[in-house]
Amino acid sequence: MIASACHGGSRERPVTQVPGAVILVLFLTLVLQVVWHHSRPAPTAAASALPLAPPTELLRVAGLGDDFALSKFLNLWLQMYDNQPGISIPFLELDYARVKSWLQASLTLDPRGHYPLLAAVRLYSEVPDPERQQQMLEFTYKKFQEAPNDRWPWMAHAVLVAHHRLKNLELALKYANALADRAIAPQVPHWAQQMSIFVLEDMGETEAARILIGGLLESGRITDPQEFRFLSERLNLLAESGYER
Amino acid sequence: MNTSTWRQRFGAIAVIARYTALEAFRTRYIWLVSALVLAGLGIALFTGDLAITETGATRTAITAAMLRFAAVLLIILFVTTSVHRDFSDKSVELMLSLPLPRAGYYLGKLGGYTLVAAVTTAPLCGLLMFFSPADAGLIWGLSLLLELVLVCALSLLFAFAFNQITGAIAASLLFYVLGRSIGAIQLMAHGPLTNQAQTSMQITTALVDSLAYLLPDLDRFSRSIWLVYSGPGASELVPILVQTLIYVTLLSCIALFDLYRKNF
Repeated sequence: MIASACHGGSRERPVTQVPGAVILVLFLTLVLQVVWHHSRPAPTAAASALPLAPPTELLRVAGLGDDFALSKFLNLWLQMYDNQPGISIPFLELDYARVKSWLQASLTLDPRGHYPLLAAVRLYSEVPDPERQQQMLEFTYKKFQEAPNDRWPWMAHAVLVAHHRLKNLELALKYANALADRAIAPQVPHWAQQMSIFVLEDMGETEAARILIGGLLESGRITDPQEFRFLSERLNLLAESGYER
Repeated sequence: MNTSTWRQRFGAIAVIARYTALEAFRTRYIWLVSALVLAGLGIALFTGDLAITETGATRTAITAAMLRFAAVLLIILFVTTSVHRDFSDKSVELMLSLPLPRAGYYLGKLGGYTLVAAVTTAPLCGLLMFFSPADAGLIWGLSLLLELVLVCALSLLFAFAFNQITGAIAASLLFYVLGRSIGAIQLMAHGPLTNQAQTSMQITTALVDSLAYLLPDLDRFSRSIWLVYSGPGASELVPILVQTLIYVTLLSCIALFDLYRKNF
């Protein structure tokens, strides 16, 4: 048993010193515990029980001053509610206003964290409900505007979700334009800034797309020769399709 | 063994239990519980002011959760230090020199600590009944008592087993936290976000499942949600009572196994 750490004496007494009844009851209760655990219902994540996130001040008290760790803990805690088989069912049961409050709390505690935005745009927007999807995309859009150069990847995801899942090209264009206008740091790749071109093309707005590509090429921001050639070809293609029309 | 021997033994166990509980009063443990109640009241008022909506629910849930954890911490600290005091001043040896089996000494201590748990629970339950429906508060309090009895048995086992107070307290706390979170850990291990194709993940999941079989499902005890939404019926207490009985007996047997093998 827990042998080496005993108090006092140098050697333990033999097992024969333990009354047989103690050993018998020990094994019986061990079996009972296993049987009891087996008979109890498996733990389930109660989606409807997700509460509203407490105020950030209160969370800070609960985190004992370690906001970063608390933020990571909150991410996992929130994830627990979805962590059950059949992912779309629990998401549909979740109150998205409350989900948003937890994501917001996590981001407030760790503004450099990406987890809440990834969860918003890639987990919670997977739900087959356009209203909920839009709620998550708008949350991402709002948070993107607070730190566009850091949070651009999630805005790019939002463009794709709006475009391909929601099939809402106007919304996709709004997000793509935000990317082009606000995410302008050198580390932001050009493909992200150029997303509005492809959305415009898909919308049939070839003229607007042509102007955008032309402006981009003239601005001197495209330094990679391959990328310059690709965009030039794209521009020519758009010009040809414009003449055909 | 005749009836008078049983009566004598039961009397001795009751005396040990009484003096163990008295120790709590003599070491001003009761003042700590009073301070806890005051702190609970402060937390309730503070959180009630901070919440922007669901004020009552936020206040009750946070106060109940904090008080529950504080009570568990107090009990672990009290039981561990009390047992170590017994070992340090050799009163264990004195007890064992009496015509009383070691199980009698153990049961006396456990009985005494159960009384201390009851004294700890009563004012906390009273405070929560003030902020929530009385019947829900009462059921929460009874559940907390059972939880604390389980923690007493747990702390007693580790206090007997470990030389160092720090080790005993750490082991008790770890066990308690694991018991409380094993349900959530299981949910995460089986969740769709884990890659069950990986062997390492399969092993981890199997380990978590096996561990869950051996741990008490403490997350079903004293749930704050009872105090806020339609309270639980008394039937909610039955599985908690059964789990407490099974687990306290199991812990007691392990502690007795250890105690009977000790050389003093």
